[in-house]
Amino acid sequence: MFRNQYDSDVTVWSPQGRLHQVEYAMEAVKLGSAVVALKNKTHAAIVALKRAPNELSAYQKKIIPVDDHIGFSFSGLLADARILSKYMRSECSSHKFAHGEDLPVNRLMTKVGNRMQLCTQRYDKRPYGVGLLVAGYDDNGPHIYQTCPSANYTDCKAMAIGSRSQSARTYLERNLEAFKETTLEELLKHGMRALRDTLPNDVNLTSKNVSIAVVGKGQLFEIFNEEKTQAHLLLIEGEERRAPVPSSDSASSGSQPPQDGPGAPPSDAVPAVAMETE
Amino acid sequence: MEMKQHNWIPGNFKSVPDIGRSAQNDSVQHGWTPITTTTSVLGVVFDNGVALAADTLTSYGSMACFQNNPRILTVNKNIIVAASGEYSDFQFIRDAVEEKVRTEISLNDGISMKPKALYTWLSRVLYNRRTKMKPLWSTFLVAGIQNDEPFLGQIDKLGTAFVDEQIACGYGAYLALPLLRKGIEEKREKSNSKLTKEEAVDLLKKCMEVLYYRDARSHDKYQIGVVTKDSVEVLDLALKPTWEVAKLVQGYE
Repeated sequence: MFRNQYDSDVTVWSPQGRLHQVEYAMEAVKLGSAVVALKNKTHAAIVALKRAPNELSAYQKKIIPVDDHIGFSFSGLLADARILSKYMRSECSSHKFAHGEDLPVNRLMTKVGNRMQLCTQRYDKRPYGVGLLVAGYDDNGPHIYQTCPSANYTDCKAMAIGSRSQSARTYLERNLEAFKETTLEELLKHGMRALRDTLPNDVNLTSKNVSIAVVGKGQLFEIFNEEKTQAHLLLIEGEERRAPVPSSDSASSGSQPPQDGPGAPPSDAVPAVAMETE
Repeated sequence: MEMKQHNWIPGNFKSVPDIGRSAQNDSVQHGWTPITTTTSVLGVVFDNGVALAADTLTSYGSMACFQNNPRILTVNKNIIVAASGEYSDFQFIRDAVEEKVRTEISLNDGISMKPKALYTWLSRVLYNRRTKMKPLWSTFLVAGIQNDEPFLGQIDKLGTAFVDEQIACGYGAYLALPLLRKGIEEKREKSNSKLTKEEAVDLLKKCMEVLYYRDARSHDKYQIGVVTKDSVEVLDLALKPTWEVAKLVQGYE
């Protein structure tokens, strides 16, 4: 059932100048568990929250390695993330084969961006229902890139996506100045605190539900094992948790889905983004 | 049915002869001898860069056919490439490399190709072509600055690739390479250091002169390309040969 009149194909514009299917896909990103990525001068790190589909199952892997110098975490549809990871891996390996060196991170992101854009412009395709946080290291230093289903991608100093991630972004914004000059250990502590801010009060970070990855100068992309994760979690254990800021996406489950049915009075278009980042 | 085989398209009512042959029925060998050829290329690493030397002659058999054909290519701010062998194959690779560089410039992301990357790419291309039994009949020397260190490598028509401090291909491998090694060794013994830029260029000039006297496909006009951390330049040079020595050669009449 259509939610409103302009919901048929991805390529159909609403009179307000919006593509509803693309915006719905961006809602999918907000349903996944939260991911935080941040960098200092030498390293980029990902701290992600893992979910278990039910009590009996293991926690779903949340961080996907792409190459020795690139990896990413995602929020949204796992299957779509895996398609993109397959593409990114093949691009990295064919560059390594032909040129004997690692593919620069921004070159890879241009390719991924172009691929994600294609399916927002064809009636027989659907946008990828996934947002990525890519961490990589190349000659220009560490990089964090965020992508979203609308095929926008951004070079970030730090970013968080996924459910209740507004609290994490608030934490990152408040501490942004500290990141650049800090050590890797301090950086990871910031990442874990930011991720903890997205949790409800009765849940805490454990070595089971947290996944950490780092990449940087002299450091190949590495996803920490459980012991190493536990050792890092101990660094912030016992700290007082900040009361979570009521966030727009946790309170009202995201911005209102686009509504411009025939009955609604024409209103000014509100630019929609994958998430509020202000 | 027959129409289908000949890649029939609407409007093409004639059954044209099949020009492109499939690999299986290929009974014609091609590319097995070079036609328009160039001779040696020399390369030597010095303390903060690399220098290449090659003359500007393209021969047609033993005829000195084209006497002003430069074959040192400035790829970007830190790579130069020179080739010996079939000149048209060098031109083909030159066009492909220039296209790569243009693509990179238009990306405008501040990243430019490094010599090791081009060296690897050339070895892939040349090996791929020899595997198709259509080798590009050329030897390439890639010189440049890789992460602040001088880089010099060679790739031949089979895709065989190696890196060294001094390289000479063609006739130069027999005549000039021992001279290059001797020059480098003497400097090392004397002051335990690498050649300077001036010494490297002088050594190449000496080798080009020796080659001019003894290699019958060589030429008195030549170029020396020098790449350092902050500059790329290609110098046009000419020998001032003296054939007085010819009188001393006896017993070959």
